[in-house]
Amino acid sequence: MSRPELQAPAEIFYGEQEASKYLHNSRMIEVQASMAERALEMLCLPEGAPALLLDVGCGTGLSGEVLEEEGHWWVGTDISRHMLATAQERGVEGGLVHDDMGCGLHFRDGLFDGAISISAIQWLCHAETSEHNPRKRLAVFFASLYKALRRGARAVLQFYPQNPEQLQLITASAMRAGFGGGLVVDFPHSTRAKKYFLCLLAGPADPTFAMPNALGADGAGDGDGDGDGARAHVQNVGRSRQHARRAGAGKRARTPIKSRDWVVRKKESQRRQGKAVRDDSKYTARSRRPKF
Amino acid sequence: MKLLTHNMLTSPGNARGFPLKIEGATVEEVETDFNAEFISRMVAKLEWDALLGALQQLGVAHQLPSAVPDKYAEDEAFLKALHHVLVEVEVMEGELVCPETAKRFPVKGGIPSLI
Repeated sequence: MSRPELQAPAEIFYGEQEASKYLHNSRMIEVQASMAERALEMLCLPEGAPALLLDVGCGTGLSGEVLEEEGHWWVGTDISRHMLATAQERGVEGGLVHDDMGCGLHFRDGLFDGAISISAIQWLCHAETSEHNPRKRLAVFFASLYKALRRGARAVLQFYPQNPEQLQLITASAMRAGFGGGLVVDFPHSTRAKKYFLCLLAGPADPTFAMPNALGADGAGDGDGDGDGARAHVQNVGRSRQHARRAGAGKRARTPIKSRDWVVRKKESQRRQGKAVRDDSKYTARSRRPKF
Repeated sequence: MKLLTHNMLTSPGNARGFPLKIEGATVEEVETDFNAEFISRMVAKLEWDALLGALQQLGVAHQLPSAVPDKYAEDEAFLKALHHVLVEVEVMEGELVCPETAKRFPVKGGIPSLI
């Protein structure tokens, strides 16, 4: 199926039918909620203190409900009337505003203690009318987001870039607006579970600011989840493999399929893709006793 | 639209588009849970005069003083009154008017539209 951004403008794509999907489809609800939870975790808000948060592209308020559960109050903006009307019907606590983020967020300066956005800002990369300029709309959006946030507040924006150019365009626009921070990619080895989070800091550079660790990334402890090649040196893996082959391992270097090593390695790679995998134990890859 | 949201909104494309005037409003009151800590944290973020102005335009009765009291964090009666007007009073229909350009933005079904 082609991407929603290519089908119709957001205010038309998210019509009555799409809004009802967000109301009844349990998988959609689960994915939205889990991404909102992850975004909230990355905001690093002080524990136990209720905060005022902004939800850009709030839709039916699924992400807002996650914020409510943590005791925060939120204001959401969205371009789709139907999605907002559904949110209103569901009786969400937060405030709802019908607005186009590409024209800027219309809030007083320095209000919010944080902002999240779930699967929304990739829409800004698409020009829906001849007067829309994605570059300009992104610039306006990030500039107004920066103004609406309190100094030192964070914004975590999850989005689905269509290609590396969009990723570059969005990140560069955020940096140009004065934000610090960068990109965090959760589960970079998986095509389905892979999620891009733009983690931004408004205000002056903070020495205590640390980028959140990406989930499911190799060496998750190095604090550099964006995988932008910040390694000190390059490993030549191909060469070492050749050495191993020449060292006499010959054809038997391959681990036989369904052997314990093979199973453990396969489980490890699935774990990296963010799938639910059982822990390793002494029973792993053991054959069952014969049955008559 | 709750009055807390109204207190944050500014008019699009205008530096001095605050506060938006509310006209021809129908108001509903919805009961919500009182959270003293949250309300007292909001006091510092509020534009007090804009809130009083909005209350006057809506014709909603309230017991708020004309200025924020000094020790508001301990004053539970004040916080409760504030809680009522901020999150329990909901503007369902009406229009928001920009004070600078007199542009009108509709409020439909409790959702203000700034497009």
